[in-house]
Amino acid sequence: MQTEKPIDFSSMPDARGHFGPYGGLFVSETLMEPLDELREAYEKYMQDETFLAELDADLANYVGRPSPVYHAERLSRENGGAQIYLKREDLNHTGAHKVNNTIGQALLAKRMGKQRIIAETGAGQHGVATATVAARLGLECVVYMGAVDIARQEANVYRMKLLGARVESVESGSKTLKDALNEAMRDWVTNVDNTFYIIGTVAGPHPYPAMVRDFQAIIGREAREQMHQQTGALPDALVACVGGGSNAIGLFYPFLNDAEVKIYGVEAAGAGLDSGQHAAPLCAGTPGVLHGNRTYLVEDNNGQIIETHSISAGLDYPGVGPEHAWLKDIGRANYVAATDDEALAAFHTLTRVEGIIPALESSHAIAYALKLAREMNTNQTVLVNLSGRGDKDMHTVAALDGLKI
Amino acid sequence: MSRISQRFKQLDEQGRVALIPFVTAGDPGPQVTVPLMHAMVEAGADIIELGVPFSDPMADGPVIQRASERALEHGVSLRDVLGMVQQFRELDSTTPVVLMGYLNPVEVMGYEAFAQAAQDAGVDGLLTVDLPPEESDELLAAIKPKAIDPIFLVAPTSSDERMKRICDAASGFVYYVSVKGITGAGHLAIGEVAAKMAQIRKHTTLPVGVGFGINSAEKAQAIAQVGDAVIVGSVLVKRIEELSDSPDEIAPAIAQILSSMRQAIDLV
Repeated sequence: MQTEKPIDFSSMPDARGHFGPYGGLFVSETLMEPLDELREAYEKYMQDETFLAELDADLANYVGRPSPVYHAERLSRENGGAQIYLKREDLNHTGAHKVNNTIGQALLAKRMGKQRIIAETGAGQHGVATATVAARLGLECVVYMGAVDIARQEANVYRMKLLGARVESVESGSKTLKDALNEAMRDWVTNVDNTFYIIGTVAGPHPYPAMVRDFQAIIGREAREQMHQQTGALPDALVACVGGGSNAIGLFYPFLNDAEVKIYGVEAAGAGLDSGQHAAPLCAGTPGVLHGNRTYLVEDNNGQIIETHSISAGLDYPGVGPEHAWLKDIGRANYVAATDDEALAAFHTLTRVEGIIPALESSHAIAYALKLAREMNTNQTVLVNLSGRGDKDMHTVAALDGLKI
Repeated sequence: MSRISQRFKQLDEQGRVALIPFVTAGDPGPQVTVPLMHAMVEAGADIIELGVPFSDPMADGPVIQRASERALEHGVSLRDVLGMVQQFRELDSTTPVVLMGYLNPVEVMGYEAFAQAAQDAGVDGLLTVDLPPEESDELLAAIKPKAIDPIFLVAPTSSDERMKRICDAASGFVYYVSVKGITGAGHLAIGEVAAKMAQIRKHTTLPVGVGFGINSAEKAQAIAQVGDAVIVGSVLVKRIEELSDSPDEIAPAIAQILSSMRQAIDLV
């Protein structure tokens, strides 16, 4: 019998940005040429030693990399089962993994001679990370944010303004992240000559899914080495939350060729997958085309995008990166979901047991990791991407306790 | 010969430029659209572009975004739009109808199912703004055998190489987007458009229509001097929005705008 050749995951996507049937380039004609220029610049500079040295230096001295891997011993003991390790992306400058990517793209913008930066944001973390690098490089910065998100993330809106960015309230559609992305695309198509669009996740048209992944893959590369140092082996399982999926792919990508490492992406089940109130395209959606790529979407039978729901604004998105869609279909990664309530319980557990306050997004990953670890042996390991810190969520959690802070 | 090619051939013989109005199907309500289509033909429309509402119209300005939202409030789906075309065909078997929208509703219906349903309804062309020729092989394989013309956009940013690729994939006509930006955007530079038209015509003998930013009879007339078709959308949709509380007034108001454009174009 002929054995099938194993997939080399590092060779994906193909030249036109496809991960199997997913990904690709679905934009209006005006953006085709600019996206091609971006792809050329990205391919060129990812091989350019001066560029890479500058990126590495910024990641070390400005972001604070490498971020530690922490063995959550007490949590592991109280939970029972496998040993839980946390990749501490919450300790990065600006408090989340988002800055890994904005540093990279802003350096690219500078190389391409673009003086104006635009971005979309949901929870505001990507907006803050973009405004931060724009301030540092002296670039004009406009961040598009849904009016609904502006209302629930006031602190981040203020942060962006302090950093010198202009925050544009998006009033169209559902007034959340997907609409902010639409509006940023409209800005880009209008100001394409002088503007660089920093997309915050592994979605969008090619080359964004591959480029954002490559900037985030530092997470997994460091973690591989750190797990080796601390445990002498690769982890048995990886767990990360998936909205658009950038922190998840950043952790997963350097492990994809290690077939023995099990991979779990955790989507936001909101009020429950069968409630209709969720943000889980991989668990409960169907394939379609949105925001420049083919992927799984939360949509109705007529191909209209449905409003999503999650307690965490950063996971509140109806699409997901095309590489995740493909990893799901070929069975390399498992996609599961945690509800608002499960995430909140995990938020409190990690805070009380380890003294680490996680972002509500990352709490989804913690929730599933606790469940998974209990089904494993004490000599096995689970590595969780703690993608962000929970400071930004204080008012959301406090409100559930009836407090206004 | 497709209905679109036939129409352009007739116009060419008469030495006239085509007037192509765009309206969003089901805006402000589903009952308005079919009578409005007939009124537009009477007022001088040669081809009708019917917008398929979509929840995330990335390439559209606020005017057409709101039109989509109004139609979606009534639950207007791609199947409903096809139903409107079918109803239009009961009284008009000659005016070509092009569906314009985004890929996802077509993708979710399925390319083959869409192609069959569109042919049955009497659709003549399909323009999906977020589908470049590079990704279109499968859809073209489904619609071409059903005599539905794929209409593609050429943009101010398109290179010569891309223009050729687009022209090779297109049939019916080629749509030149006259401004860098979204629908309903401002500054239209006629001189630039003329230069681009000459460049496009090196790659194709298909008629070339011009749209985006044409909001007056004067601009329509200027464009008619360089293009084979003048495509107008936002200026009509804006008027529909203003009259959304008195739907009976919509058809005559739109007809009035089109008549003045028709006259201006025919002076060329």
